Amino acid sequence: MRRLAVVLAVALLAAACGGGDDETPTLAELEKQFICPTCQTTLELSNAPVADRMRAFIRERIAAGDSESEISDALVAQFGEGVLAAPPKEGFNLLAWVLPLAGGAVAIGALAVALRRWSRARAEPASDAAPSANGRPPLDPELERRLDEELARFDG
Amino acid sequence: MARRVKLILQAAAVLVVASLVVLLGWQVARQEEGRGLAASLERGERPLAPQLEFDTLDDDGTIRLSDYRGKAVVLNFWASWCEPCKKEAPLLQEAWERYRDDGLVVLGIDAQDFRSDAREFVERYGLTYPIAYDGNGASLGRFGNTGFPETWFMGRDGRLVGEHIVGEFDREQLEENVRAALGTTR
Repeated sequence: MRRLAVVLAVALLAAACGGGDDETPTLAELEKQFICPTCQTTLELSNAPVADRMRAFIRERIAAGDSESEISDALVAQFGEGVLAAPPKEGFNLLAWVLPLAGGAVAIGALAVALRRWSRARAEPASDAAPSANGRPPLDPELERRLDEELARFDG
Repeated sequence: MARRVKLILQAAAVLVVASLVVLLGWQVARQEEGRGLAASLERGERPLAPQLEFDTLDDDGTIRLSDYRGKAVVLNFWASWCEPCKKEAPLLQEAWERYRDDGLVVLGIDAQDFRSDAREFVERYGLTYPIAYDGNGASLGRFGNTGFPETWFMGRDGRLVGEHIVGEFDREQLEENVRAALGTTR
């Protein structure tokens, strides 16, 4: 169980902090990373005039040799962080990456614990009652009493 | 001990959910505020204009709508990539020159645009009225705007007046609404 927790924590950190290569990007890559402010879709899906202008800007910056993060910073400076298709993996925004993963990990952990308890409860029936002659779990006392009553009435 | 931990976790979960609900409610209320302005004007009411603050296009100061109390204001939301905005710009400049001595301010709010493109636009059309810059377009939702251009008129008392014009206006429409705004008292 502890090992599972460690593996999950490492996976979380890797997912949250991963990425960030600063080699010369392509327009096709960057179109997926930015939102057209007027239509709220990624640039690759937008043909709005502002999206065309943003594509032209990105092409110019790529030609000038800017890195992905430089282009990203320039667009955020103009349009704010809302222009990013995914929140940046730093500061308060890191929560947006970590919380869903942590929530998923907690849910999986809780499910594992619940399943374990459930299967244990099924494997260990009430131990204070003596097993019946056929080896099956004993009847509920109330049910047994009613059964006795019915049988007595039948015999009578 | 285990029960106390469980209780704390449950309280934390309830707190998180409650905060998310409050945040959602606040966001919806702000959107409704914007949508309500146009409907309110159509009913003949005069709602207060949202109290907004902008950077100037030249990034050398701030513009607050509250600073214009006592003036009639044309609020024109535009962007350099917007075609109808190019036709409106000369008409707005004309109105500014003609009525500024009567207490009119034309305020251009450039939104969702590159600052450099907006500066070129201002230079090309020789605009001398104040221009605010709202790169991320945060003000659009406060007014309930859905596109470009959109124009509102604010009276001297800080309340909206006249029409909410969606899309390109013509000279007569601008004149009529400017007069309505100038006709208000503080």
